[in-house]
Amino acid sequence: MLQVEQLKKSFDGFQAISDANLLVPKGEVVAVIGPNGAGKSTLFNLITGHLQADSGHIRFQGKEITSMAPYKICHRGMARSFQLINIFSSLTVFENVQASVIAKHRLDQNFFRPAKKLFIEETLEILDSFELFDFKDRSCSALSYGDQKVLEIAIALGSKPELLLLDEPTAGMSSEETRRIVNLIKHLSREKGLTILLTEHDMELVFDVAQKIMVLHQGKTIAQGLPQDIRNDKSVQNAYLGETG
Amino acid sequence: MSTNNLKLIENPKGKFNTYLGLGIAAVGIIVLLLAPGFLTQYYVYLLATVFTTALLATSLNLVLGYGGLLHLHHGVFFGVGAYTVAIVTTKTSWPFAVAVLLAPLVAALIALVIGWFCVRLRGLYFGMLTLALGQLVWAIVYRWNALTNGDNGIHAIPVPEFLTSINSVYYATLLILVISLIILYIITESPFGLMLLATRDNPVRSESVGVNVKRHRLTAFVIAGFFAGIAGVLFVLVERSVAPSLLFWSESAEVLIMCLMGGLTVFMGPMLGAGILVLLSMVVGLYTEYWLLVLGLLLLLLVLFLPQGILGYLMEIYNKSQDKRGGN
Repeated sequence: MLQVEQLKKSFDGFQAISDANLLVPKGEVVAVIGPNGAGKSTLFNLITGHLQADSGHIRFQGKEITSMAPYKICHRGMARSFQLINIFSSLTVFENVQASVIAKHRLDQNFFRPAKKLFIEETLEILDSFELFDFKDRSCSALSYGDQKVLEIAIALGSKPELLLLDEPTAGMSSEETRRIVNLIKHLSREKGLTILLTEHDMELVFDVAQKIMVLHQGKTIAQGLPQDIRNDKSVQNAYLGETG
Repeated sequence: MSTNNLKLIENPKGKFNTYLGLGIAAVGIIVLLLAPGFLTQYYVYLLATVFTTALLATSLNLVLGYGGLLHLHHGVFFGVGAYTVAIVTTKTSWPFAVAVLLAPLVAALIALVIGWFCVRLRGLYFGMLTLALGQLVWAIVYRWNALTNGDNGIHAIPVPEFLTSINSVYYATLLILVISLIILYIITESPFGLMLLATRDNPVRSESVGVNVKRHRLTAFVIAGFFAGIAGVLFVLVERSVAPSLLFWSESAEVLIMCLMGGLTVFMGPMLGAGILVLLSMVVGLYTEYWLLVLGLLLLLLVLFLPQGILGYLMEIYNKSQDKRGGN
């Protein structure tokens, strides 16, 4: 479904991504791991069009999307959540997700229909499956950090994506909240049939949910494969797992 | 969408607010309809000026409050609208109606051109560019003697017979104001309006959920320009003359302060600000010529003590009392 080939990106002479390669097959959960500063977030930003690649290719569903504008990529069926909370701070929880659903249906340039009455069922369904239903009329800034992180993902779901990118979905969360996210990822993958690409620091989570793992080290893909192969890979152990213990 | 689900989402607080708002608006309109009966001509004229300015301020707030864009020179589109009426009626033989219809369209066109450049920038840079390009339009109006009569402006603009008395002008401006406000209100409540708030809160995320943020902002900018053009028409109806100072940046600053004073987050806020400032400038004008000094002091007090604006502040108090009653 998603193919990244020989991707390169530098900032002011610093080579953030020097040779990233990635294959995300339809229906699978793929994790990108790597030490801090390996370029995981940069890779995500390149894939979703928030950054422009210097060279290389990104193909989504067989079509080139390299350096395309983020909103166009979204309409092709790719949505993402962000590492830091990135929500519409003055809107209610309901409106946060509804805004995304409205954009998905390309009604964002409609002037004369009351927004209040649009896509209520669709939005409530998403809120319900994310256990946010009870907070729907609250201002989203009144939510707890954990709930905001969940809302982060719910907004992405409003775009009805085929491929969902999660950038460190459990960053800063308690172990209980992390379990909630794990269950959510499994639910989205198994019941909704979503293809998911995620980055994560929590190795337990990665080996729990991922069917394939790609290891990024200093901007380079050094290994890609099944979890057990990655666990036994010498170069990965040297570059990454070895460091932590 | 079943009605069952519709009920789930109805927010009683919001609903009550809507009814309250409609009630206040209805009472206001009735009072304003009767006003010429008990006011002197001068005050009728003053109210017509308030209507004109209120429309200008509300149109600015679509970009400023709802879009979160630092638009520093909205007066340009107001001036362009007014000048379009003035030029068409004095330099061509086209009917007055054509001039009136053309004015908002020309204003929107200029907004499209200026906005096309500005939406590429963010924050203060956006503001500086609106200012720079706006002043460019002012300079053209100021220097193009053959078309605009330059520094002298255009006076004694002919208007149709039925718009010569101040009372008829008053009702015409009130009617156009109310229609424009209804349309603007519908726009702010539309999916476009919701997404405009979303782009204000978080442009990066808006782009990620599939919104072309630049185009969205440009659209808001052009709509605001269009309604500023209508306000320009009202100005000509009231004053029957135009001058280049209409397009000067200080005019725009005053409109910006009106929005700040009333409250950027409330639809009616800029109107309240416009009413207060227009009436205040008249009163202050009776005692001193240093109106700008008073304005500066007002701005200072506003920013220090009431950054959310008067109506914004009142809404906060109201919402808090509702929260207490509702128990959340």
